[in-house]
Amino acid sequence: MLTIAQETYDAIVAHAKREHPLEACGVVAGPVGSDRPERFIEMVNAAASPTFYEYDSQDLLALYREMDDRDEEPVVIYHSHTATEAYPSVTDIKLASEPGAHYVLVSTRDHGNNEGPVEFRSYRIVDGVVTEEDVSVVPELP
Amino acid sequence: MAIEVRIPTILRTYTDGEKSVTGQGASLGALIDDLEANHPGIKERLVEAKDGGVDLRRFVNVYVNDEDVRFIGGLDAELNDGDQVVVLPAVAGG
Repeated sequence: MLTIAQETYDAIVAHAKREHPLEACGVVAGPVGSDRPERFIEMVNAAASPTFYEYDSQDLLALYREMDDRDEEPVVIYHSHTATEAYPSVTDIKLASEPGAHYVLVSTRDHGNNEGPVEFRSYRIVDGVVTEEDVSVVPELP
Repeated sequence: MAIEVRIPTILRTYTDGEKSVTGQGASLGALIDDLEANHPGIKERLVEAKDGGVDLRRFVNVYVNDEDVRFIGGLDAELNDGDQVVVLPAVAGG
């Protein structure tokens, strides 16, 4: 199960809505081994595409160096789908390379940039196998 | 000649869990061959056949002293004693 603070959940949804119709992407980092998504980090989608996302290579290096310096890891890796459901695509599965992370998918297909509910779902992706998990949104992390 | 290579989580199965290993080689290609000799299987995860030769995989990023090797010659990028190489899988999807 993914346990995430309301504020972080809202920040991910707001980012996805703002970037629509392009895919939004980012990370929520937390202390290594803690499974606590604490530090919300928006990333730039270097692909600037409605159907693909990729971090810029220098941004990627800076992100991992910073997490390393702070003894953090990517607890949540999120991105949005803008025209399809919040389920990992074939490409998402093929490129998933953090077996310890919660892969969060948000779909903005229903309301785009506007107010309204979004699909917000979380998965583990390990060796090409996708396992959906429950999402618990809490006022604050315990 | 010693070059530190930072290994991402997903490839640590090839390095007995080590986050960092030491290798040698005058170019990135030679370094990867050296890594393969000590950590069999790792090369296949870094390079792929392309146009009759081999090239870095599209979704694997390699940096030499913080420079993306794609801009400094790819597998032909020159290495020197004390260089630091970082391997990071792309964070990407559709």
